[in-house]
Amino acid sequence: MELRGKLLDVSGLKVSFYTYRGVIKALDGVELWMDSGERLGVVGETGCGKSVTSLAVMRLIEQPGEIQAGKVIFNGKSLLELSEENMNRVRGIEMSMIFQEPRSSLNPVMKVGYQIGEAIAKSKKMPIKKTYPEVREMLKLVGLDPDRVMNSYPHELSGGMSQRVMIGMGLATHPKLLIADEPTSALDVTIQAQILELLDELARKMGNAVMLITHDMGVVAEFCDKVMVMYAGNSVEYASTVELFERPLHPYTGGLLLAVPRVGRTDELKAIKGTVPDLVDPPSGCRFHPRCPRVMEICKENRPPLVQVEPGHFVACYLYGNEGEVKENA
Amino acid sequence: MNFGQFLLRRLFLMIIVLFGVACIVFFIANIIPADPVGAILGGNAPPEAINRLKAKLGYDQPLIIRFGNFIAGALRGDFGVSLKTSNPVMKDIMNYFPATMELAIVAIIISIFLGITLGVLSAVHRNKAIDQFSRIFSILGVSMPVFWIGLLLLLVFYFKLGWLPGGGRLGFFTYPPPRVTGMYLIDSALAGQWDTFKEALLHILLPAFVLGYNATASIARITRASMLDVLKQDFIRTAKSKGLKRNVVIYRHALRNSMIPTITIIGLVFGGLLEGAVLTETVFSWPGLGRYITTGMLFLDYPAVMGGTLYIAFIYSLANLIVDILYALLDPRMRM
Repeated sequence: MELRGKLLDVSGLKVSFYTYRGVIKALDGVELWMDSGERLGVVGETGCGKSVTSLAVMRLIEQPGEIQAGKVIFNGKSLLELSEENMNRVRGIEMSMIFQEPRSSLNPVMKVGYQIGEAIAKSKKMPIKKTYPEVREMLKLVGLDPDRVMNSYPHELSGGMSQRVMIGMGLATHPKLLIADEPTSALDVTIQAQILELLDELARKMGNAVMLITHDMGVVAEFCDKVMVMYAGNSVEYASTVELFERPLHPYTGGLLLAVPRVGRTDELKAIKGTVPDLVDPPSGCRFHPRCPRVMEICKENRPPLVQVEPGHFVACYLYGNEGEVKENA
Repeated sequence: MNFGQFLLRRLFLMIIVLFGVACIVFFIANIIPADPVGAILGGNAPPEAINRLKAKLGYDQPLIIRFGNFIAGALRGDFGVSLKTSNPVMKDIMNYFPATMELAIVAIIISIFLGITLGVLSAVHRNKAIDQFSRIFSILGVSMPVFWIGLLLLLVFYFKLGWLPGGGRLGFFTYPPPRVTGMYLIDSALAGQWDTFKEALLHILLPAFVLGYNATASIARITRASMLDVLKQDFIRTAKSKGLKRNVVIYRHALRNSMIPTITIIGLVFGGLLEGAVLTETVFSWPGLGRYITTGMLFLDYPAVMGGTLYIAFIYSLANLIVDILYALLDPRMRM
């Protein structure tokens, strides 16, 4: 199979959660790919499966969730086929992750320096104490004062500082990919800008790719090279950031952009009508069809595949032809 | 609030609690319609004799004066003279308490070790065999009365199997080790009398387990619940995303966080141990403070009952103070 991304290629990823209400099909055939050093934005409404996708790539889906199908090729390795032990050599070394809530993502009873050192110690197979000079360097790099922070506990840091620590911890092992799951959503607006700037600067310096999970189109416009739009557990549109903002093809992407406020914009903000579907019992065919302003008969029965309609622009919508049509096999 | 202020505040609270206990103990003992003087002299004693003894024991004074004397005495560690043994109550307590303390300490060690192990294992292997075993073990532990488990285990391990001795602190023909702390395990170890040590250990095993069973069950349940809670936290996900091994995640990252509620419960059940000692000591003929108080109660020996109870309350508060200090050591957020 031809890989669409040299660094990461996710195809047909399915994840379900087994709950008392029924089986939640959180991801139903997600497609995603990235080149080395690239920044991909993964966007969509709350509950569309952005975070689940990132956790599935890291293989951190917990009970009652389960990865059921799909392929994750990262750096030449098929991650879903690795043993847990080999997967632990990928996690935190070749690929690391930062989260939405920086303060609760740090262990409250361990000193910050130790927690960063732990990551380095593991990748270099040395005792944690020996990593401290490197930890100090890393703290400087993320704009913190090592003398003040090394021996602090997480509760002594602000949210912004904690996220800097998390970034330092994520990049301390020089991974090829940093997954940032809503890294700025829990922070003040001014701090958000600082954190994005820091991620930008460090990615430039260290050459790592960044997968940025967000619901904020503004953040995407500012930071990302490419964008993958997700809706209800499906990948619906993929393009470069400029292309996507100028010529959105999928009706859902169009709706998302119409709902974003911008300076100088004079027309009314339009919400997409309806709500995100219940994934225990998702709509047939294209999952967006009940809310789609341009719905056709075929959309109610068949699921449109993600196909390339222009060079580098992929969309899953029958408005752009019926090629590669697949029957719904739910 | 710094640690010093925190400690001062806790000490102040402890004094208030102990004063409260002293009030309750004193008024219950003096208000219930039982007459120790009558009990000592018998029903047919002449009134002069009764009055003389009342005056001697201070029972002729108004209640409030007697309360003042009781508190003043307690502050000096003087609880009066036992009506039954004719010794100063404090001397009796010092005599009997080490046996109880030794029993409680061994019991708490057993229950901390067993309880935390069971709790962690059943959280990590949730709904697997070990979790079910621990659940049944714990339910039995909190629902069976101490004396019944005691008798049952005596029946099995003493009468049927003959593996463990049937009661007391040492065999009938063994001399206690030279007294330093009054705890035979420590004293015999200090004196290098390892045979005595082994004997004392065999004697204490069963009563300590019985006494600690209830505590073991509570500790196991709390540890399980808090461990499950901690394993769901964001920082555990972070630890996993760093590629740390499962055991490192559990024992380095989760365990210490999950110990915070466990430590609280340990402080609380320690009180239960001192209280449970009353029954356990009776079943296992253990000459401790619990038995001293029970006997005192049967003889209307009020100074002994009041003194013994207050002393146990004091040790209990002390245990909780230590727990609060441990708390601060364990959780940096408390140290602010």
